[in-house]
Amino acid sequence: MTTTDVAPGRSKLTRGRLPGFAPWVSLAVALVLGAAAVAVPGFTPFGWGIASAIIFAIVYVAWSRAVEGGRKAADKLATCLVVGAFLVALLPLVSVIWTVLVAGIPGLLTPGFFTTSMNGVTGVFDNRAVEEGGPVIGGIYHALLGTLMITLLATLISVPVGLLTSIYLVEYGQDKPLARAITFFVDVMTGIPSIVAGLFAAAFFFLVVGPGTKTGFVAAVALSVLMIPVVVRSSEEMLKIVPNELREASYALGVRKWRTILKVVIPTAISGIASGVTLAIARVIGETAPILVTAGFATTINNSPFAGWMASLPTFIYTQILNPTSPSNPAPSDQRAWGAALVLIILVMLLNLVARIVAKAFAPKTGR
Amino acid sequence: MTTAPPRQAERAGVPAAIAAQDSPRGDKVFSTLALTAGCLILAVLFGVAVFLVVQAIPAFTADPADIQGGKGFLAYIAPIVIGTVIAAAIALVIATPISIGVALFITHFAPRRIASALGYVIDLLAAIPSVIYGAWGASFLAREISPAYVWLAENAGWIPIFSGPASATGKTILTAGIVLSVMVLPIITSLSREIFLQTPKLHEEAALALGATRWEMIKMAVFPFARPGVVSAIMLGLGRALGETMAVALVLSSGALTVSLVQSGNQTIAAEIALNFPEASGLKVATLIAAGLVLFVITLAVNMVARWIISRHKEFSGAN
Amino acid sequence: MSKRIDVKDLNVYYGDFRAVEGVNISVAPRSVTAFIGPSGCGKSTFLRTLNRMHEVLPGARVEGQVLLDGDDLYGPGVDPVAVRSHVGMVFQRPNPFPTMSIRDNVLAGVKLNSKRLSKSDADELLESSLRGANLWNEVKDRLDKPGSGLSGGQQQRLCIARAIAVKPDVILMDEPCSALDPISTLAVEDLINELKENYTVVIVTHNMQQAARVSDKTAFFNIAGTGKPGKLIEYADTSVIFNNPSEKATEDYVSGRFG
Repeated sequence: MTTTDVAPGRSKLTRGRLPGFAPWVSLAVALVLGAAAVAVPGFTPFGWGIASAIIFAIVYVAWSRAVEGGRKAADKLATCLVVGAFLVALLPLVSVIWTVLVAGIPGLLTPGFFTTSMNGVTGVFDNRAVEEGGPVIGGIYHALLGTLMITLLATLISVPVGLLTSIYLVEYGQDKPLARAITFFVDVMTGIPSIVAGLFAAAFFFLVVGPGTKTGFVAAVALSVLMIPVVVRSSEEMLKIVPNELREASYALGVRKWRTILKVVIPTAISGIASGVTLAIARVIGETAPILVTAGFATTINNSPFAGWMASLPTFIYTQILNPTSPSNPAPSDQRAWGAALVLIILVMLLNLVARIVAKAFAPKTGR
Repeated sequence: MTTAPPRQAERAGVPAAIAAQDSPRGDKVFSTLALTAGCLILAVLFGVAVFLVVQAIPAFTADPADIQGGKGFLAYIAPIVIGTVIAAAIALVIATPISIGVALFITHFAPRRIASALGYVIDLLAAIPSVIYGAWGASFLAREISPAYVWLAENAGWIPIFSGPASATGKTILTAGIVLSVMVLPIITSLSREIFLQTPKLHEEAALALGATRWEMIKMAVFPFARPGVVSAIMLGLGRALGETMAVALVLSSGALTVSLVQSGNQTIAAEIALNFPEASGLKVATLIAAGLVLFVITLAVNMVARWIISRHKEFSGAN
Repeated sequence: MSKRIDVKDLNVYYGDFRAVEGVNISVAPRSVTAFIGPSGCGKSTFLRTLNRMHEVLPGARVEGQVLLDGDDLYGPGVDPVAVRSHVGMVFQRPNPFPTMSIRDNVLAGVKLNSKRLSKSDADELLESSLRGANLWNEVKDRLDKPGSGLSGGQQQRLCIARAIAVKPDVILMDEPCSALDPISTLAVEDLINELKENYTVVIVTHNMQQAARVSDKTAFFNIAGTGKPGKLIEYADTSVIFNNPSEKATEDYVSGRFG
């Protein structure tokens, strides 16, 4: 075997490559120049970050263009832009969560926040709280109760309808025109603006029960319109991945189709279905607009979803911010709104977490 | 995989006992139930349209002078339709490039080990309720961004969309559009991500083996494959942006239609309904429901086009 | 154009798993070398290390040297993108870009490097590449039709045309005929015979008759068992491997006793 040693010096394959430290040098340059650039209008960490990022991209890409040529520079520019896009997308997430935490914790820690409603809380109390430094009174009990009841009712309507529909699509539909139509319109339904769903429920009950019918149940119907398509889609996916061998094994034992579905197919897919339902709940629990037009907003505790206006966490946040209890001193209302926002975000995140855990923990071990 | 079916069948319990106590009627009942549920969904969608139309009719037949504004329904709805389109357009102009960038980052740039975790992070954006975005936009973003509007009005005021005087509160249609863009970003991202991941490895490798850089590979293999899917993802994002209520209702200090994006003014259909419906009665209810009907028709059309592109794309990629 | 390849003590890993161990091999320019061996013996993995395409898979890395006329492909500062424009590759399944015309497919790699390719230069290169891939006569009337409309064998030759349009030093082929029918296979095999006049060709094949028909030298790879690394067992002239191998395992394999 001929031994060919590596040619001394750089081979033609290495011609024109940026050294490995190039990004770091560019970054250092960018941080320094960025600080200088931002110092003129007034230094902020945020401005520094933005300026540095832009300068980094310019320095790094220009350097690459000089050493490596246009193709490599274009590749580096694309990389900078793509990474930049991701960082930009993180900004609102971090900012929202930070804002909710900072503004929400004082409200959350107020005594009675979870146990009292806004019944009888007027601007007078808020003015006094601001002027004399007294405690902010009033809480979210009525809203929390309303949210839980409305969401529960919506779930009770949506899960049977959604699950049965997905069963029809997977087990009975077999690409019939009706099944295809349902699939298509379920997809379309996921795109219905939430406020239109609310208007639909309101219009329906105005027509059937009487004008101005606004109750928790109407809100639950509105949320169901939003929730059913989500449940159908996720359950459908889950039922589809149940292996056909299972169904055939059951049929071969002389079990009828409907029992096969109930006793074999659904138990196999149950973790995925449960996870999908949880995610659907998480989606509708934060809906504001449909509740606003169907349940109005109450300040008192209403235990019946079938009579009278009902509060919910999202509409509570909305009204507290838009129409503070005391227009001259909105701070207490803001505090309550952010406290409620924090509770809502925790609820949603918990539901998402539960959905993931359910999907992971109870998944059939042999799925993939 | 090969041993799975018997074991699962056992666990799911298919004892002969079930078979014994069975009657054919159960099958009939159950399939009918499933069919009914499916039809119910179609009925609901149909019902949405019918009930909205029935309740909206008074707004179309009423004396134009009685409609808010006094010039009839068309004169009432036209500016808020335009406002809706402006807000959605701002949202898409901002969200589309960022979403595609994020989707590319997660699928083709980020280290594979953390890519799915980064996907979850972006999904968190979708989990945050819209009212919280609205509150954030109204109390944080509007305040922080208003100096930028003042600067724009002073230095770029000759462009009509930046003409001053800029809103002092920052509660403008541009702020609402930015908040909307944050809300549609996870939608466009997650769909684009799925489509980018479906790019055949064969074509990516073909490009790389020709000596393409990563970006050139993406231009040669990923984008041509993903284009229809990304277009429909953007359409779905558009549907969401058109129908989103809270971000606009809380953020925008609404008013008459104006060209300037940095002044207060403009209004969207969804926000108009949310702000007025709770206290509306009589003809006002009919007018707002009619506005909702218009919104429904617009979003329905956008969504149907998007879904149609997706389904056509599926057949296309399945055939290859 | 054509360059020699020298591989020294090459180990290939996927994460912690060593897929290929201790390969030393020299491939002469203007020759066809076939890699044969049972499934999973690492021959395709090894082939992909010759143009650094293995790096596309997560966790893949390499120890050792691959010298292309003395330049180490894995030397410090070497750009995998540059490597791949010197060492072309043809894949198991034909993969023309579905959205591009035949013409654009052939020129896809060239356009990367020379953005301002004149129309006449492009046409000349298009024709010479397609002629080089024995495809010109079949497609000259439909150069603007999509490449995915061709038959499997034509698509594979289109991919070969695309690879040689870049004017590489080496062409790697990873089971190029395994997805083709016998007649298309014959056409590609004829083409391989012609390609060696200008290129160093390395081909992985499952088909021993094919190796015997097209190659000058043959390398036999084998694994001791699942989870063990693949090794180069024997490398010699093709006639020696098939008629008078020195290793028992080679003889067993080429005589069809296993694999």
